[in-house]
Amino acid sequence: MTREAPRAAGVRDIAVVAFAQTDHRRTSEEISEVEMLMPVLHEVMESTGLKTADIDFTCSGSSDYLAGRAFSFTLALDGVGAWPPISESHVEMDGAWALYEAWVKLRTGDADTALVYSYGKSSPGSVRDVLTRQLDPYYVAPLWPDSVALAALQAQALIDAGTADEPALAAVGARSRADAAANSHAQPRGPVPQGDYLVRPLRTGDCPPIGDGAAAVVLAAGERARDLCERPAWIRGIDHRIEAHGIGVRDLTDSPSTRLAAERAGAYERPVDTAELHAPFSSQEVILREVLGLDDGVRVNPSGGALAANPIMAAGLIRIGEAAARIHRGESDRALAHATSGPCLQQNLVAVLEGDPR
Amino acid sequence: MSKEPVAVVGVGQTKHVAARRDVSIAGLVREAAQRALDDAELTWADVEAVVIGKAPDFFEGVMMPELYLADALGAVGKPMMRVHTAGSVGGSTALVAASLVAARVHGTVLTLAFEKQSESNAMWGLSLPIPFQQPLLAGAGGFFAPHVRAYMRRSGAPDTVGSLVAYKNRRNALKNPYAHLHEHDITLEKVQASPMLWDPIRYSETCPSSDGAVAMVLTDRAGAARAPRPAAWMHGGAMRSEPTLFAGKDSVSPRAGRDCAADVYRQAGIADPRREIDAVEMYVPFSWYEPMWLENLGFAAEGEGWKLTESGVTELDGDLPVDMSGGVLSTNPIGASGMIRFAEAALQVRGLAGEHQVEGARRVLGHAYGGGSQFFSMWLVGAEPPTS
Repeated sequence: MTREAPRAAGVRDIAVVAFAQTDHRRTSEEISEVEMLMPVLHEVMESTGLKTADIDFTCSGSSDYLAGRAFSFTLALDGVGAWPPISESHVEMDGAWALYEAWVKLRTGDADTALVYSYGKSSPGSVRDVLTRQLDPYYVAPLWPDSVALAALQAQALIDAGTADEPALAAVGARSRADAAANSHAQPRGPVPQGDYLVRPLRTGDCPPIGDGAAAVVLAAGERARDLCERPAWIRGIDHRIEAHGIGVRDLTDSPSTRLAAERAGAYERPVDTAELHAPFSSQEVILREVLGLDDGVRVNPSGGALAANPIMAAGLIRIGEAAARIHRGESDRALAHATSGPCLQQNLVAVLEGDPR
Repeated sequence: MSKEPVAVVGVGQTKHVAARRDVSIAGLVREAAQRALDDAELTWADVEAVVIGKAPDFFEGVMMPELYLADALGAVGKPMMRVHTAGSVGGSTALVAASLVAARVHGTVLTLAFEKQSESNAMWGLSLPIPFQQPLLAGAGGFFAPHVRAYMRRSGAPDTVGSLVAYKNRRNALKNPYAHLHEHDITLEKVQASPMLWDPIRYSETCPSSDGAVAMVLTDRAGAARAPRPAAWMHGGAMRSEPTLFAGKDSVSPRAGRDCAADVYRQAGIADPRREIDAVEMYVPFSWYEPMWLENLGFAAEGEGWKLTESGVTELDGDLPVDMSGGVLSTNPIGASGMIRFAEAALQVRGLAGEHQVEGARRVLGHAYGGGSQFFSMWLVGAEPPTS
């Protein structure tokens, strides 16, 4: 039904050439979303030497529900400096999907460069309550099952299936926070206690910090990418898939949409050395590792992952940015990046990034 | 590098009404999608990806409803994306879907836009809270009325032009079975006698709040060859954005709109839009925007748009029909309104617009705008495949 991801002659090579992110923080009430975003936009543009007028296409991801007002993204656009008018679009999704839209645009040949950004402030409200509003509005949302409770159901299903136990989950959290010690943008850095149960079987250490943050990426096609970056992170494949919304009809211990997206992105063709997984809960990393076939030789979430910083709407784009940055720095040759959306890993995106051979 | 030509082979929409109490949001979108598939004589299995758009989530009170709608739209196991670019979103959504085909990422894509405004209250959904916006700027009419005044002053248009547009569009809507407002007893006098809401905008010169959805099946050259009915071919498509408020902004004729149209015409090889384009489905939520956009889109010189309207050029049987379907003035499920323009343009060049068909329409422009006249999306579709 779906055609093979084309790698034939004539298909343009597209790369991540720059990445920037904020320091993610528990609250940022003294600044607006635009003020939070602006330094990141400046940083990512400065690192390439590009000006707004040099960017052929701009795409962003955010959510009105976090901002608490309609059309919140329009204010951020003013910060981009959209004058003279720019070719621009927005997804009400994680920025990883904004990157996907930009990648498609570059693939058409209508653009050679793209700016992608996303941001989210979770601090103004109760993010666990806010996320209940993304559930089926007629049957499920009125019951207010929150995001941690739903993740706990998934974690318990995993334990019941014998795939993981609580110490295994705790190890994921501990490793992530230890890695985050080297990430100046992360929230909890260094060893933190596994903590008390938040919703059984998940302890606070199995759950992401609540935080505000933003991220931006620059994409470029072909030779343009080589001009802008010493070692571009070429997007060898990218795909995303969605599953049914009702968790009762899903096997919560599996992630078939991740498997399909990874297949389409070419993730199984050759081993990766790095994987940045958007797993806000420790139990989700266990599922994703299994589905993606990542063994102990793969460096998983060297940034600390979403357990160290999970700014909603930006955390997925950050995974792509972190994976790309490792390629830029020469710390990885082939990396996998993953983003998720919806309750219990409902929707998943997988990108495979490669650096030029050394 | 060459792009794959993009064809519209299926169009479906719901009968738009003030409140669809008989269906859920999922039921509403499913209805439009099924009709688009029926038009294309395809099944859910033929769809490779789904691109969905709507205006702010606050209009229904559901955050990121595409998650919950994955099942209803047959998207399980497929890629599904959600676009949101304010009032232009319906158009932008179609363009994102078209890019998937043009880039040869997918062969057949379902694109859909909806709003179920009866689930909430759009006027207050559009009224940003203080301190983000000044008080008493309730809804879109309060925002746009001063720009209409500026247009009237700048162009010297007589104050009767707005009512002519409303009268024309409401009469056109009577020929469109899917239109929300069917005012069988409409007269010009009734429009002119309707209450003043936001001076100079009268009640009958404003759009309704509708529940509705629209869907299109977009496909590649091979898909078009298999289609049972004529295809509409995309000859050009573009989006442009500019800031909301800044000192240099021309709110009467925003540069982003002019640039967007120019990009579409360049792609389509249109040198003289007034002569080479047969009809326009234009985003006119308040009647005065017809003469304003006629100028912005290059169909009339600056200050001259109202003369086309006044002389009857934009009537259904005129030389450049505008809003043959009745337009946003007669049907406004906000997030869908832009895509309805795009879809109605496609129906026209396919010759499938029914009673509101423009005879011999070969090239038709679909137009959408949003935000504070800052987001624009447009496409030009033709009865013949593009040659380049």
